[in-house]
Amino acid sequence: MTNPTVTGAHAALPVGERTPRAVVALNPRVGHDRRRQRFGWAFVAPFAVVFAVFLIAPLGYAFWLSLQTKTLAAGTHFSGLGNYKQAFSDPLFLQGVWLVARFALILIPLQMLVSLIAALVLDNLTTRLSRFARLAIFVPYAVPVVIGALMWGFLYSPRFGPLKSLFGLFGADAPFLLSPQNVFGGLINVVTWQWAGYYMIIIYAALRGIDPSIYEAARIDGAKGWQIATRIKVPMISSALILILVFALIGTLQFFTEPQVLRPVAAGSINASYTPNIYAFTLAFSYSQFNYASAISFALGAVVFFGSYAFLFLTRKKNGLS
Amino acid sequence: MKRSLAVGTAAVGLLALTLGACSSGGGGGTSSSAAGAAGSCTNKIVKPGAKQVTVWAWFPAFEQVVDLFNKSHNDVQICWSNAGQGNDEYTKFSTAVEAGTGAPDVVMLETEVLSSFTIRKALVDLSKYGAADVKKNYSDGVWKDVSSGDAVYAIPVDGGPMGMLYRKDLFDKAGITTPPTTWDEFAVDAQKMRDSGSKALFTDFPTNGRAYLQALFAQKGSAPYTYTASNATDVSIKLNDQGSKDVMKYWQGLVNKGLVGTDDAFTTDYNTKLVDGSYAVYLAAAWGPGYLSGLSGTDPTAVWKAAPIPQWSASSPVQINWGGSTFAVTSQAKDKTAAATVAKEVFGTEAAWKIGIEKGALFPLWKPILESSYFTDLAYPFFGGQKINQDVFLKAAQGYKGFTWSPFQNFAYDKLTEEANAAVVQKTKSTDDAIDNLQKTVVDYAKSQGFTVK
Repeated sequence: MTNPTVTGAHAALPVGERTPRAVVALNPRVGHDRRRQRFGWAFVAPFAVVFAVFLIAPLGYAFWLSLQTKTLAAGTHFSGLGNYKQAFSDPLFLQGVWLVARFALILIPLQMLVSLIAALVLDNLTTRLSRFARLAIFVPYAVPVVIGALMWGFLYSPRFGPLKSLFGLFGADAPFLLSPQNVFGGLINVVTWQWAGYYMIIIYAALRGIDPSIYEAARIDGAKGWQIATRIKVPMISSALILILVFALIGTLQFFTEPQVLRPVAAGSINASYTPNIYAFTLAFSYSQFNYASAISFALGAVVFFGSYAFLFLTRKKNGLS
Repeated sequence: MKRSLAVGTAAVGLLALTLGACSSGGGGGTSSSAAGAAGSCTNKIVKPGAKQVTVWAWFPAFEQVVDLFNKSHNDVQICWSNAGQGNDEYTKFSTAVEAGTGAPDVVMLETEVLSSFTIRKALVDLSKYGAADVKKNYSDGVWKDVSSGDAVYAIPVDGGPMGMLYRKDLFDKAGITTPPTTWDEFAVDAQKMRDSGSKALFTDFPTNGRAYLQALFAQKGSAPYTYTASNATDVSIKLNDQGSKDVMKYWQGLVNKGLVGTDDAFTTDYNTKLVDGSYAVYLAAAWGPGYLSGLSGTDPTAVWKAAPIPQWSASSPVQINWGGSTFAVTSQAKDKTAAATVAKEVFGTEAAWKIGIEKGALFPLWKPILESSYFTDLAYPFFGGQKINQDVFLKAAQGYKGFTWSPFQNFAYDKLTEEANAAVVQKTKSTDDAIDNLQKTVVDYAKSQGFTVK
């Protein structure tokens, strides 16, 4: 991983004679590089300690827990992969996975579309309005997820929210956006509001990195604005798009905060096993089944891993990761 | 070069150590304060040299009770913090039990979750710590709730005998002259209120009522569980008895006729509706009035009165209880005797109870104050001076015979909520099917948890 640096005096030598020194410089057992390596490790060490203690160790412990079974009546015994067998045949877990999969299928394209259109439009504008608009679209991301969900809970409330007065203007009955039929859409709305700004900023940054002379060339060739957007900009930022899609996929499959916060006001639409993470939370903290909850968490982790891996594999030509 | 490397590594190492020590010190500090050392008590410690007992409780106005205790005891001091209400506190306690550290010495638990914790050996049997000394201060039904055979796992504090709180002004407007005494009359009055053109719903039937629903079932004879801590692996479950089915069918009838609402309880919407006239009746426990008077948005023309809860049979009334809490000593307590003293004595004086009743609107189970003329004759301004204890709640408390809960009550309640919701709100199944399904789900769960289900 160390790039041989051919500095100063060496650069003055003819290429043929440079190589031996470069080979020497590659060998880490020599001089500066070794000391630099040691310093590097010393600086990484605090992070490594924190990483090990707060991520690796708990993951290992949770995995160890998931290999055991503890029943309320009978105590703990080692059960190997029994919990995982149970998890993958548990209808509540599978229903939850199916729900977050459907959620991802609908939410992610919607989010992408919203943030992509916003970024493209903002990329074209250079007025002060565009700066303000960028900030305004990004602000929901700065709101903590729990606060945002609580806020939306009140906005959706038939008593405290604005829907009643809004629909009243047209003489219609306001729909309850957290009823069992509407809760899916209600949650999609909350998540899109929260995250579209984040994705928009990433896409916008990627767009800013495109050389504008390409647009000039396209315009000379007769391309209209719409064609520049779809035929040039979008393909050029495809690696950023794929990156965002992977983030969104991982985040959506682990959907937890918004439904958990909205559970008390959702009048039964969101139950204790609505998403796999809520199911794991309920198992662990309401039913004291920590082992099975760990197994559910790892099972979900496996689903997320395979999902993202499959997605990256399918888009391997475009994702710029090879 | 070698020296600068040594200095560099030493500096980095020192930094890492300090940061590590900071984080572990901080973490250790919070856990040890929860466990009892010089930590973060919400109240002030009056006698710093004395033994400190950590208490988790969410009673309103509890800080004054704690101060009273601390001033009057030289050898023990309470270090109290509010770790959340109900389920919020139970999840924290459950995690601490699982982790083996972090639990308080004394914890406030509702009776319905006691067996969920005794089965995990989280609570201390207080019969060895002088529980028998205070037994005479509590009624038999109440003492049965906190005991399991000869073992006593908690000291009762307050109870939730049930009554009916109603809006007399709305009743008058609808032409209902006397509050209903039986459930049949209740249904008739509900129809009368609707026919009178009132916009109010007669009452609410919250499918997430949990212990509330269980109390309504108990009134018609439901006694679903047999379980003792001494025989911890055996449990008998009979949730689909005829009584529960009858109660569900009754309420579904009222919901289908549009006389009764189905809003979930304990939400902001529900709280507002309770006090602004959307409901004419609130079937409440004795802590209900305190709950009501603490809500904002009250209809200023409201006239609230209390009456006994309607009965299925006027000749053989059954009194029921909703909620009510106890103090239990946890097995993580370092000084169990001191902790037991706190549990027995914190709500064991008249002065403490005066605070609890007047400022916290609690319903005492401690007989010396429960049976005193102070309590019997107490006039509640919220009810226009009505002596609600005399009229309603004392009789309800006296008639309470106790109830047995399961060691997986949280699970049973979650499933009850789902089934009740499906039957009454979503109308995707009949109430009978819902109750039968509940029985099956809970029995399967008990079996999967290693219980022998009888």
